[in-house]
Amino acid sequence: MDRQPSPAIDTQDLNLWYGTFQALFDVNLKIKSGLITSLIGPSGCGKTTFLRCINRINERLGYVRTTGSIEVLGHDIYAPEVELIQVRKLVGMVFQRPNPLPLSIRENILFGFRTHNAGKKITKSDEDQIVEDALKRVLLWDTVSSRLHHSATHLSLEEQQKLCIARLLPVKPAVLLMDEPCSALDPRATEAVEELIWELRGDFTILIVTHNMAQARRASDECIFMLLGKVIEHGLTEDVFISPEHKETADYIEGRYG
Amino acid sequence: MFTATELNIRNQKIERRVKLLFLLMTILLVIPVILILGVLVYEGGPLISVDFLLTDPKDGMTAGGIFPALVGTIWLVIVALLVSVPIGVAAALYLSEYARDNWLTRVINLAIINLAGVPSIVHALFGVGAFVLFFGFGTSILAASLTLAVMTLPVVIVSTREALQAVPQAFREACWNMGATRWQTIRHVVLPNSVSGILTGVILEVSRTAGETAPIMFTGAAFFLPFLPQTVLDQTMAMSLHLFVVSTQVPGVPEQLPFSVALVLIAIVLTMNSISIAFRIYLRGKKKW
Ligand SMILES: Nc1ncnc2c1ncn2[C@@H]1O[C@H](COP(=O)(O)OP(=O)(O)OP(=O)(O)O)[C@@H](O)[C@H]1O
Ligand SMILES: [Mg+2]
Repeated sequence: MDRQPSPAIDTQDLNLWYGTFQALFDVNLKIKSGLITSLIGPSGCGKTTFLRCINRINERLGYVRTTGSIEVLGHDIYAPEVELIQVRKLVGMVFQRPNPLPLSIRENILFGFRTHNAGKKITKSDEDQIVEDALKRVLLWDTVSSRLHHSATHLSLEEQQKLCIARLLPVKPAVLLMDEPCSALDPRATEAVEELIWELRGDFTILIVTHNMAQARRASDECIFMLLGKVIEHGLTEDVFISPEHKETADYIEGRYG
Repeated sequence: MFTATELNIRNQKIERRVKLLFLLMTILLVIPVILILGVLVYEGGPLISVDFLLTDPKDGMTAGGIFPALVGTIWLVIVALLVSVPIGVAAALYLSEYARDNWLTRVINLAIINLAGVPSIVHALFGVGAFVLFFGFGTSILAASLTLAVMTLPVVIVSTREALQAVPQAFREACWNMGATRWQTIRHVVLPNSVSGILTGVILEVSRTAGETAPIMFTGAAFFLPFLPQTVLDQTMAMSLHLFVVSTQVPGVPEQLPFSVALVLIAIVLTMNSISIAFRIYLRGKKKW
């Protein structure tokens, strides 16, 4: 850990309250750049909450309060001068249920890019290139290139989820947050999306929440185990799975909690 | 083995009776509507002609057509819409897309709901006080339309908000996560997907407006004006008031005339409702989820 360049995400004493209910307790994590880190833990332990802190989407709820700090690429994202839009540009998010916008495939890919480049002149061929690059990157180009103008909501769930990843790419994010990205998919589609995530490894720092132990195990470099809002264990995935330091981790991995 | 037990048979009986009861209620509900329409068409139908729609009333309103009232109603409705739709939609957008859920927004919501329940005669008095007297618009289309607008605003807000809230939250989150501002989200995703609901609500509202009498009676509608309004500061005749007048205020009106006026009024309302439904179907066909 010491030889590593500075972490992509670095949280210090992060606490979060929903009203009076405390959902995160002193979370201190350093998430390494360019790797895939999986986040596991029983339902309600705060995985989603933690993820949503990293692009500050939690603040949409008026009653959320946070203390502590989160640095992304060395910059405090809770600093007063920070522009949320810029945070979200750098930190993309993929949801549990694929949520393509009710627009065409092409418009979905261009949506983020356009919002971040509003007012600039972009030629149609530039846009075509962006769409093609993004779709190729998520291994979707061959299947959808002939129907870019069709509605994205008619794609299969697997394709929708890939599209949801693809539409983040044109604005060149550094961090991709994925909240149970495969849980709405069947096993074959899960495998395909997992493969894709592995494909993206190296170019992005990926933090992925999963309930699927096998998935965490085969598709992540590091693994974080959370319980009741606290980080219990964080280490190399193999270490966490083969020789966990804490009894709770072992219990969870062996399926002794929900 | 699978034969009905006593309990099964008893339940079946109850089931049949309950179903019959509900069916009767439904029929009871439909009968008046059909009767009303039937009577109107039977009594009022024969008088209706292009001439009836396009000529002025004659002989102390006992003969002739309804042209000024028809035109007046259209004026009133359009001006009321021009006022209430932009304000109502903007307020609904604020309440559903921007406002946080705190006590102030809750109070505002409550106020809106209560405002929707205020009787129209109260709105009429408010209209007289505010628009006719205080703002000095006099009895005019403007004052009457503003009164109608105030009266319909709460319903426009509520129906718009319902339409907005029917747009899945996931779309908004997707947009925000891509760095879109709320306005960008509204413009590109929320509005395009709720416009059918908003329009339907608005059109239904309009049709209600067209039939209101009390709010316009003291604020801008006249018993009888032999000429058409030229500006919004003129008084005007209106269908609903005209119906009231020919049914109760003038002697010697032929028996069928009020039915004919009512028939035209209902036809206006039904036409607008049909437009609204057709619109909804058309836009829903274009919806992408
Ligand atoms: N919007 C909210 N308002 C209030 N409490 C919330 C809210 N969202 C989550 N919580 C609470 O915070 C705790 C953590 O929730 P969170 O959704 O982060 O868990 P999770 O680990 O993602 O669970 P799951 O595996 O079921 O997705 C839970 O106890 C939950 O009830
Ligand atoms: Mg979750």
